[in-house]
Amino acid sequence: MTQATQPIKRRAIALVSGGLDSMLAVKVMQEQGIEVEGVNFFTGFCVEGHTHAIRKKDKDKEKRNNSLWVAEQLGIKLHIIDISEEYKDVVLNPRHGYGANLNPCLDCKIFMVNQATLMINKAREFAGDRGFDFIVTGEVIGQRPKSQRKETMPIISQESGADDRLLRPLCARNLPPTLPEREGWVNRDELHDFSGRNRKPQMALAKKFGLDDFAQPAGGCCFLTDESYSNKLSDLWKARNERRYELDDIMLLKVGRHLRPKPHYKLIISREEGENRFLEGYRYMFSSITTVSCPGPLALVDGSFESDEELQQAAAIVARYSKGRVLDEVTLEIRQPDGVARQVTVRPAQPDDVLPAWNVG
Amino acid sequence: MTDVIHDLDTRRLLCPMPVIKTQNKVRTLSTGDCLKVVCTDPGALNDIPAWCRINGHEVLETGEQGNECFVVLRVGEDNGALF
Repeated sequence: MTQATQPIKRRAIALVSGGLDSMLAVKVMQEQGIEVEGVNFFTGFCVEGHTHAIRKKDKDKEKRNNSLWVAEQLGIKLHIIDISEEYKDVVLNPRHGYGANLNPCLDCKIFMVNQATLMINKAREFAGDRGFDFIVTGEVIGQRPKSQRKETMPIISQESGADDRLLRPLCARNLPPTLPEREGWVNRDELHDFSGRNRKPQMALAKKFGLDDFAQPAGGCCFLTDESYSNKLSDLWKARNERRYELDDIMLLKVGRHLRPKPHYKLIISREEGENRFLEGYRYMFSSITTVSCPGPLALVDGSFESDEELQQAAAIVARYSKGRVLDEVTLEIRQPDGVARQVTVRPAQPDDVLPAWNVG
Repeated sequence: MTDVIHDLDTRRLLCPMPVIKTQNKVRTLSTGDCLKVVCTDPGALNDIPAWCRINGHEVLETGEQGNECFVVLRVGEDNGALF
């Protein structure tokens, strides 16, 4: 049935998230002599790196992009693809609905495998023997409540267009044989039958491969699974009366304290120096408020004020988060994106003035 | 003779975007070409060299100037263009 020697070295492209499962899936393929290259998709919602980059409190932690790190450990090339624009449709109109919070898990997986399918189809067309024969993922049946279930595995294969060129080495023996198995490119007997949320089999396999440094836990790499983040995104759509976003919008949802005192404006107030520096880069897009008479945060104004009272109120709120919060008055500067600025002096808002309902997220 | 150094500005972008921009720029360059990438995300100082090691490009210099950092690399044998 299966043959040990193959005249052609078979090649696979693997979805590499940076977590343990995809790392193991690649390793299992490499053990069978398959040449693997990795692909990692940037959706805009990736947790990877961003909060590290922005927040100063994380400065002491070693920064690394896990997908790059995994690729280096495995000795494979990694293609990182920016799909943030195309991905909007997945987030806004998931055919299979949302999983936890605003995470369109099943549509997301279908989309990513579809992107990989387009890559292998193109490569087979243009690169001949240097093309890719199949796709590998680290999926495990039962691992994720929405996307990684026995019933959803064939849906992903079919709707992505990958069909039987999609191999899941960690749970393949629980699924019908795929093309690489039937053709003898890989030995089904040496694939795995992992299922469920128990991580012990993965840990044991990692140990067998001598892998002792990997990102934990598997998954959790997407901001859309986060309740607070999803609430901020929903709030953004509500305030704009339409469900749409730009990359800058979703970046800003990762940063600062978000307060919405009125439906038509929101304040994004930095919480520390790193966020301050990050928000600084957006002052050409948004009006901003900074303290003048004492050290304080930088706040962006998403929306606009309908009256001078609203402007004064916003200034008082920002003053509340400055070093001058206990003073009788604080002077602040309100600057428009074009650089035109004016100063106001206000009494900082008191704790009870900042209503809990204004907190977005 | 000094090498021609191509420039890439990735200021304000957060990882992995500086890496993606670097990858896409390198695909348009030839073996031996040099590229200077300027960034404001300090994580790029780890990620771009890691990307270079994986893909066979040589890191010639890295450094920081105020809130900015930079990586100078030389394109290896394969510029990574897929097709």
